[in-house]
Amino acid sequence: MTALDLSPRPGAAPFPRMVAAQAAMEARLMLRNGEQLLLAVVIPVIVLIGGVEGAKHVDLGLSHRPVDVLTPGVIALAVMSTAFTSLAIATGFERRYGVIKRLGSSPLPRSGLLAGKVGGLFVIEVFQVAVVGVVGLLLGWDPAKGVGGTLLGVLLGTFAFAALGLFVAGILRAEATLAAANLIYLLLMAAGAVVLPSSSYGAFGHVTEWLPSGALGGAIRSACLDGGVGWRDLGVLFGWGVLGTILTARTFRWE
Amino acid sequence: MRYGDKVAVDGLSLTVDRATITAVLGPNGAGKTTTLETAEGYRRPQAGSVRVLGLDPVADRRALLPRIGVMLQGGGAWSGVRADEMLRHVSRLHAHPLDLEALSHRLGLGECGRTPYRRLSGGQQQRLGLAMALVGRPEIAFVDEPTAGMDPAARRTTWELLEELRGAGVTVVLTTHYMDEAERLADRIHIIDHGRLIASGTPLELTRGGHEATIRLVVTKPFPADAPGSLRRALGDGVEVTLLDELSIVVTGPADASSLAVVSRWCEANDVLPESLTLGQRTLEDVFLELTGREMVS
Repeated sequence: MTALDLSPRPGAAPFPRMVAAQAAMEARLMLRNGEQLLLAVVIPVIVLIGGVEGAKHVDLGLSHRPVDVLTPGVIALAVMSTAFTSLAIATGFERRYGVIKRLGSSPLPRSGLLAGKVGGLFVIEVFQVAVVGVVGLLLGWDPAKGVGGTLLGVLLGTFAFAALGLFVAGILRAEATLAAANLIYLLLMAAGAVVLPSSSYGAFGHVTEWLPSGALGGAIRSACLDGGVGWRDLGVLFGWGVLGTILTARTFRWE
Repeated sequence: MRYGDKVAVDGLSLTVDRATITAVLGPNGAGKTTTLETAEGYRRPQAGSVRVLGLDPVADRRALLPRIGVMLQGGGAWSGVRADEMLRHVSRLHAHPLDLEALSHRLGLGECGRTPYRRLSGGQQQRLGLAMALVGRPEIAFVDEPTAGMDPAARRTTWELLEELRGAGVTVVLTTHYMDEAERLADRIHIIDHGRLIASGTPLELTRGGHEATIRLVVTKPFPADAPGSLRRALGDGVEVTLLDELSIVVTGPADASSLAVVSRWCEANDVLPESLTLGQRTLEDVFLELTGREMVS
């Protein structure tokens, strides 16, 4: 046991170290939370297996093999659940419990807190993509080598959904954030063209193409089906990200 | 400082010397937390100026924050985070943090290190809050009601640690509504009420060195109308008589055993039946009472 030397020796840790610490903390807390894990991995895997099995009995009118369409869609769903729902809920409760206020008096600047949150999201997303990808491969998924398009889709999808998630968390109370984030997630999962392509929604598909969910699903599907980059979808995601950032910057309260 | 139409802190002016303990003392709702949070840069004053270590807490926040330690009045941790994990996280945001094991041990957090924050007792949460404020080795520690909810042993440990901080050259600014805490710890006490500074001084100055005393008279039936005036005439010059409520009166000044006899005879002459009549040394509570006509602790 070393003696406690209380004499002042203040100083902030280097910025990258602070961000890394914050990202690690955010990811650890998210993975420890059972509900979050359900949302992050269990639901997407069930959707994937259920979808592939169901497609054997019901014709979904897909242009490719069901597993090749559904696996990228489910990767998009997983990104949406983490970047939007999990982030919104976690941030809502951080405001409630004074965590953001507490960190606000630490050397970690707000930009560092945001960077740490995004870093934490990426850690979870890597884990999610790995799990969903392996399950897909076991079901016979044969992806095109569209790594660049997939990465861009995940990056811009995270940007768009995280900005929207922070907007929701910043204007609502913690419980209302919990309800709203889950409800929006369910609606987008069912009707947002994230798991199934916009073409499966008939005339409504023209609307879903412009939703962040449809754009994220579309971007990852084009990358994994044709190996291309879905620039239009990426543009839509970028637009939603900018809109969410502006809304968040105008309304977010740190306490 | 205002919240909507309510003025929380108004025309408050005070300075704090380095390596001292300053107590901001006042009843709940007096504006203690608002005062502290203005110095911490959480709130921007609508009028007036604040300088901490020569810096503007809002404009120079980035430069100031690493140099100060803040203990909030409550909360400040994720509900599922373990106590040791939370403290380690805050320590990683600083360049030269304290030794975590020694700090936890010192604050008695060793045995609850693995416990999630939501399952810590109120006192443990307070101690963790204090640890988070100190772990970065700040020049100034702002601690808001540091011992609220602590058991007597933890209070003593906390007091000793705060005194040790002062000895090590740290400036401590604390808020409290406990008189004994302010009296025991502080080099200077600022008493505030309704957002205004009503008295400042060392504990000795404020209580006038304990040379003065206080007589409290509590009766069973309401006092007659002119009771304070007539009692003051009976006691002579140099004392103050305050009607606290219709059943209690407080006399402050150079009171002694003979004053007690005067009060007793006054009761007899005025057909007043005392329920209790006590003589005590002048305390901070009496100072507050004298200045506001109210008791500090509800």
